[in-house]
Amino acid sequence: MSTPQIAAKNLDLFYGEFQALHDINLNISEKQITALIGPSGCGKSTFLRTLNRMNDLVKGVSIKGEIQIGGENIYDKSVNVVELRKKVGMVFQKPNPFPMSIYDNIAYGPRAHGIKKKAQLNEIVERSLKQAALWNEVKDRLHSSALGLSGGQQQRLCIARVLAVEPEIVLMDEPTSALDPLATLKVEELVNELKQQYTIVIVTHNMQQAARISDITSFFLNGKIVETDITSKVFTNPSNKQTEDYITGKFG
Amino acid sequence: MNVLRKQKIAFACLSGLGLLTVCVLIFIIGYILSQGLTMINIEFLTSKPRKMGAEGGIFPAIIGTLYLVITTMIIATPIGVGAAIYLNEYTSRGKITSVIRFATEALAGIPSIVFGLFGFAFFVILLEPVTGGWSILSAALTGVTMVLPTIVRTAEEALKAVPDSLREGSLALGTTKWQTIKGLILPTAMPGIITGIILSIGRVVGETAAFLLTLGGTLLIPQSLMDGSRTLSLHLYMVAMETGAMDVAFGTAAVLIILILIINLTASWFFRRLIKRFS
Ligand SMILES: Nc1ncnc2c1ncn2[C@@H]1O[C@H](COP(=O)(O)OP(=O)(O)O)[C@@H](O)[C@H]1O
Ligand SMILES: [Mg+2]
Repeated sequence: MSTPQIAAKNLDLFYGEFQALHDINLNISEKQITALIGPSGCGKSTFLRTLNRMNDLVKGVSIKGEIQIGGENIYDKSVNVVELRKKVGMVFQKPNPFPMSIYDNIAYGPRAHGIKKKAQLNEIVERSLKQAALWNEVKDRLHSSALGLSGGQQQRLCIARVLAVEPEIVLMDEPTSALDPLATLKVEELVNELKQQYTIVIVTHNMQQAARISDITSFFLNGKIVETDITSKVFTNPSNKQTEDYITGKFG
Repeated sequence: MNVLRKQKIAFACLSGLGLLTVCVLIFIIGYILSQGLTMINIEFLTSKPRKMGAEGGIFPAIIGTLYLVITTMIIATPIGVGAAIYLNEYTSRGKITSVIRFATEALAGIPSIVFGLFGFAFFVILLEPVTGGWSILSAALTGVTMVLPTIVRTAEEALKAVPDSLREGSLALGTTKWQTIKGLILPTAMPGIITGIILSIGRVVGETAAFLLTLGGTLLIPQSLMDGSRTLSLHLYMVAMETGAMDVAFGTAAVLIILILIINLTASWFFRRLIKRFS
């Protein structure tokens, strides 16, 4: 394996007094899909949100340890959080399209980053929507409201919106939990495609999903990582008893 | 008496009361319009008053109303919306916030004549060199103190109604907080903010007491913000009290009612759009 693109080192996270993450160590490689699994409340989202510093928005959060991305500790004082989030995009559990047109949703990020030329924006919008496998469905109504799309389309729109900013890493927090099986399948196919170009970290409560799409799986329990390994190994021959209990459905 | 019967009686009483309210409302508006509408024509709207307003048109009062509304809103809107942004986006629900919130609510409950007295003492007398004494500027500043609570509160409600998932979605794209506010939060909250602005315009148009003490009441057409003027409400009061020309008074009242109706309909249209946006 090459040197990891993301490396969490002895990471502790506290919500006030409550410690939500305990001594997390995890290496994530470039252009792979890493799945974070574990029962609800075990700290998957919390960990994911440390990777683009979304936890900074939560009052009373404190962090010990390091997260290195491309060799740099992103919690270093010199790090520009806005720049970091351009590099590390995020797709949320519930689709959160902005109340504006499909086009404006996609162009929102690039515009904020200073791109003004219409032709260039058009090109970004088309490319991003194609990458997110949404172009054919919406190309005739780019200027109608994004809120009129179905749930699955909205989630792919949110993915396209992230891709428009040209991140290197895409974080996904249970991106299909609000979707029906068909829409879920489409998003999974899409995620599989995206791995050619992006490093993907995906939280999922759905173990079949983790098994289907990820290269590496990391099992979280009570704020700790129990086991991280190649996905097929985790699901067929886990080295830890707790992992085995979880994937065989004994708890969670 | 069984429960069903009680319910029927309660329903009958309540719907009777409801009907009564509507009837009273229709009667009042109908009466004023029937007295006033015959007065309204182009001449009435565009010509100057004669004999202290007992005859002639109401043109200066229309101009005065427009000037006062525009001046008040130009000052009050940025301050009010800015304060709401500060309260909702930059402070967590801490001590300062609750103090500011308490102040705005308290301000909303004060009778307008008290604002008028303050405006008279402060803007008209004390700041005369700046405001020109009785003037549109003095009245507008007084109006600002009156409508600010409404603007702050409605804008704050509108901002609060914008779900946090949108703020997160925007920040996660690598935008700054200010870009998020300007590009996403404000536009999303805009219908609600505009509702507050329109309600405030209605308050200024309908206000009499506070402007009686600050606007002067001259019938001349104002040449600058430091000139006095009168609004339609003020004109109505003065014509009725000073000249007893009830036909002109009713004509003015009819114009006022139509104006307020238009303003309220616009406000509710924006309000409906706001609701639609989040459902
Ligand atoms: N903003 C917060 N403030 C306090 N505690 C939180 C907050 N967010 C999450 N937690 C707690 O941290 C733990 C991990 O939560 P989370 O990361 O959301 O779990 P998961 O995504 O695995 O379901 C839970 O016990 C949860 O209650
Ligand atoms: Mg979660």
